[in-house]
Amino acid sequence: MNEIAVQTSQLTRKFGDFFAVNGVSIQVKRGEIFGFLGANGAGKTTMIRMLCGLLKPTAGEGKVAGFDVYTQSEQIKKNIGYMSQKFSLYNDLTISENIDFYGGIYGLPPADIEGKKNELLENLHLTPWRDRLTGALPPGFKQGLALGAALLHDPAIVFLDEPTSGVDPASRRAFWNLIYQTATRGITVFVTTHFMDEAEYCHRISIMNAGKIIALDKPDALRKKYQLPSIQSVFVHLMRETTIRP
Amino acid sequence: MHKGKPLILSIAAKEVLHILKDPRSLIILFLMPILQLVMFGYALKMEIQEIKIGVIDYSQSPVSRQLIDCFRGSEFFTLFSFEGEEDAINDLFMQRQAHAVMIIPMNFAGDLSREPLVDVQFIIDAADPNAGTIIRNYINQVILTFNESHQDLLPIPFDIRGTLLYNPDRKSTYFFVPGIVALLLVMISALLTSITITREKETGTMEQILVSPVKPHEIIIGKVLPYIILAFLIGIIILLIGIVLFQVPFEGSALLLLILSTLYIITALSLGLMISTVAPTQQVAMMLALVATLLPTFLLSGFIFPISSMPPLLQYLTYLIPAKYYLFIIRGIILKGSTFMQLFFPTLFLGIMSAVLLVASIRKFSTNLES
Repeated sequence: MNEIAVQTSQLTRKFGDFFAVNGVSIQVKRGEIFGFLGANGAGKTTMIRMLCGLLKPTAGEGKVAGFDVYTQSEQIKKNIGYMSQKFSLYNDLTISENIDFYGGIYGLPPADIEGKKNELLENLHLTPWRDRLTGALPPGFKQGLALGAALLHDPAIVFLDEPTSGVDPASRRAFWNLIYQTATRGITVFVTTHFMDEAEYCHRISIMNAGKIIALDKPDALRKKYQLPSIQSVFVHLMRETTIRP
Repeated sequence: MHKGKPLILSIAAKEVLHILKDPRSLIILFLMPILQLVMFGYALKMEIQEIKIGVIDYSQSPVSRQLIDCFRGSEFFTLFSFEGEEDAINDLFMQRQAHAVMIIPMNFAGDLSREPLVDVQFIIDAADPNAGTIIRNYINQVILTFNESHQDLLPIPFDIRGTLLYNPDRKSTYFFVPGIVALLLVMISALLTSITITREKETGTMEQILVSPVKPHEIIIGKVLPYIILAFLIGIIILLIGIVLFQVPFEGSALLLLILSTLYIITALSLGLMISTVAPTQQVAMMLALVATLLPTFLLSGFIFPISSMPPLLQYLTYLIPAKYYLFIIRGIILKGSTFMQLFFPTLFLGIMSAVLLVASIRKFSTNLES
């Protein structure tokens, strides 16, 4: 297995004259929790969409799970999981039916899905709820279930696009426990977030502004470098420095 | 590694679940056509029965009574004698007690034996012009029979005898049942597909599916497949009701009808797909689908109003209405027993239309993802 999960070099995406992502180069190792910070419109979502094979880059190079983002998007899709900021399970289906569906669209055999379903429900303490409608679940549980559904096909990398927006703090902590579990299984976690406290949980973070990466390191290394007490203050400091120009 | 079931089937299976989880919509889907059919079948009749005629017989002669009996003999008329003043005729119409009034003049009997031409006055309520015309035609026919039986010496230069083919009783249900099939198939197909696809866009689940290895065309086919079957079932139910309840004949090949109906359904689904690529929300999709299917099919397909009597501009517009071609096909097969070769052109048009719509909407669907 390749030890580099995601590698990009000068990856760029233009919409018309606008550079949504401008020459981004990153390298993410297997099993790493890689945080992606930035204000809205900084280019995080565009970056993730390119890495997921949903959007072709305008220039630069990129490899995800060893596959090229230009030519092998089919292979990439088979080897990644994705969870968006919107809750992506079907509220009108039962928990069990949702899992069947997400296993099914990755081509998993029904017997495999059944096994993974039992394991996942056990892990999330949702076994008694399996035949209840998903819409009836509390938000925290929904988020965990959505992550479980995104991991059914054992992807090498999972992309989480603001997975904890709209979730209460207690559930957010529980969700981060799930993220750690995921990473210890050797799955690379690529996560974008608004919450600066969550950034502290990441192995490494990158801060994006106006399509460019303006900082990339371990959270404590960044704190030391700027001599600031938290990532929150590092972020604010960097935003001030890079955004306010005459 | 052994493979799971085809991805299209996973998508289709989930769509079936969505349909089954919403029994209210499902019941409406099946009840609506049945209700419409019964309503149209019994209410929307172009033929008029029990035409009430008030008779003022000033002649009071054997001949005038013969004329009245001629009307009585027809199943279309009920007659009553009107004793009031001629001024009161208006009241008859106002109170809807009569559709027409017949006035036989005093010297009817005498004139009939002497004069070449005798007047009998009919006053017809033409508030509904269509009904008025039909009543006049019926009356003319009865008068014609009376003239023939009464005066065989009367020279009749032409003897016009039309033969009515395919629907000799001129039952409008024969005409409407295929029309309703056409209307409901296009409505259900376009409406349901546009709603189901916009719903996934709205909730964000579409994105979740798109990052999976399922290809866009597999998503579309998988989502649409259950609705094809649903539309089909509903179409068959309408036809069966038409045949059992309204004795609509079925002259042609059922297989041919099924095949060409599938083509029509695909055209409608492609239309729904096209709508879903431009509609941002389910509400918009629903409105667009209704506007694009209901009114045009009602007004411009020849469902009710004959295309040949439309102004030229509207006639050109009818070429864009899929139901127009399907009506040729289904009326042809059901009422006339038309064969495929006789229906080649409508089929060709329908085929071209669905191919264009389908290619355009799949292309639009894929490019939408790129932004």
